[in-house]
Amino acid sequence: MEWLRMQQWSPYAVGIGIGILSWLTFVLSDKPIGCSTAFARFSGMIERLFRGEKTLEKPYFKQYAPALTWDVMLVVGIVIGAFASALLSGQFRLTWVPSLWAATFGSAYFPRVLVAVIGGVLMGAGARWADGCTSGHGISGTLQLAVSSWIAVAGFLAGGIVTAFIIFRIFGA
Amino acid sequence: MLTKLHTNRRLQLVLGLLAGIAFGFLLQKGGVTNYDVILGQLLLTDFTMLKVMLSAVVTGMIGVHALRSLGLARLHPKSGSVGRTVVGGLIFGVGFAVLGYCPGTISGAIGQGSLDALIGGTVGILVGSWLFATFSPKLQKPVLSKGDFGPLTLPELLKVNAWVVVVPAAVILTTFLFALERFGW
Repeated sequence: MEWLRMQQWSPYAVGIGIGILSWLTFVLSDKPIGCSTAFARFSGMIERLFRGEKTLEKPYFKQYAPALTWDVMLVVGIVIGAFASALLSGQFRLTWVPSLWAATFGSAYFPRVLVAVIGGVLMGAGARWADGCTSGHGISGTLQLAVSSWIAVAGFLAGGIVTAFIIFRIFGA
Repeated sequence: MLTKLHTNRRLQLVLGLLAGIAFGFLLQKGGVTNYDVILGQLLLTDFTMLKVMLSAVVTGMIGVHALRSLGLARLHPKSGSVGRTVVGGLIFGVGFAVLGYCPGTISGAIGQGSLDALIGGTVGILVGSWLFATFSPKLQKPVLSKGDFGPLTLPELLKVNAWVVVVPAAVILTTFLFALERFGW
């Protein structure tokens, strides 16, 4: 079982594994893998703690109920699966600042966390706006040959590449 | 199709959890739960993310279409419109580069102990999703519904059998991956 303890697998082995996993979710659950809907449901659950049943009157939460569903369990599972993988390979470590960020903008944790919040707000809104993320559109949608998904992925990469170059090649230069 | 299994709510929650565990394990082993790997892809210096995604797409595409031809699966293509897909995709892309994780990989990043993902990114994603959930009715008419094309797939667009697109797409994507390796990415 040495392979379970490896730090990294070939990206092709991982990709093929994810592809096979998608066969299973289609057959066993009639669902494509997707992660961003769960975050909208979580946000509805949090709002419900404060506003109670009024939350459920929002049209969006009528469509995507803030409840424990397959996609919410999927996201909970990802945390567990990645934790197990990192633990087995000895990579589990509490870190505040990723090394590429630290090498460019310094190792203080506050600026990195602040930027992560801003990025998260944009990404969370963008994922719901486009109705999918890198998994829902990027993998599951493209493999179904959905027109919306191929366009969304082009947008993800165009927006992402331009922004990454601005951050690291202009501000970080 | 396994309709009886699909409607067993409790069992589906367990299957969702198991699929998530497998997905998270694979994402972490692929290295894509790391900020450095995601930004490396967007800065075009490290092609790990694209290699993972495209090999998943080729494998998934062939298998899911085969299962569909066998009557064991059905497709769930998402609806799109210019206002939804193009605008939303670009906003997502900007956020993706600023955050350095996506909704799937951030969950994996939390699992491996990245606190910028847990304390920063997750809070941001929850706020962003909530903002969209709250304000989407106002965006519906002026933006989201513009240029609607529905849950269209490429074979439907081209009015051909799905395999007429699946086979060439698999060949092109695989060739692209070989080319990436050939040129040392």
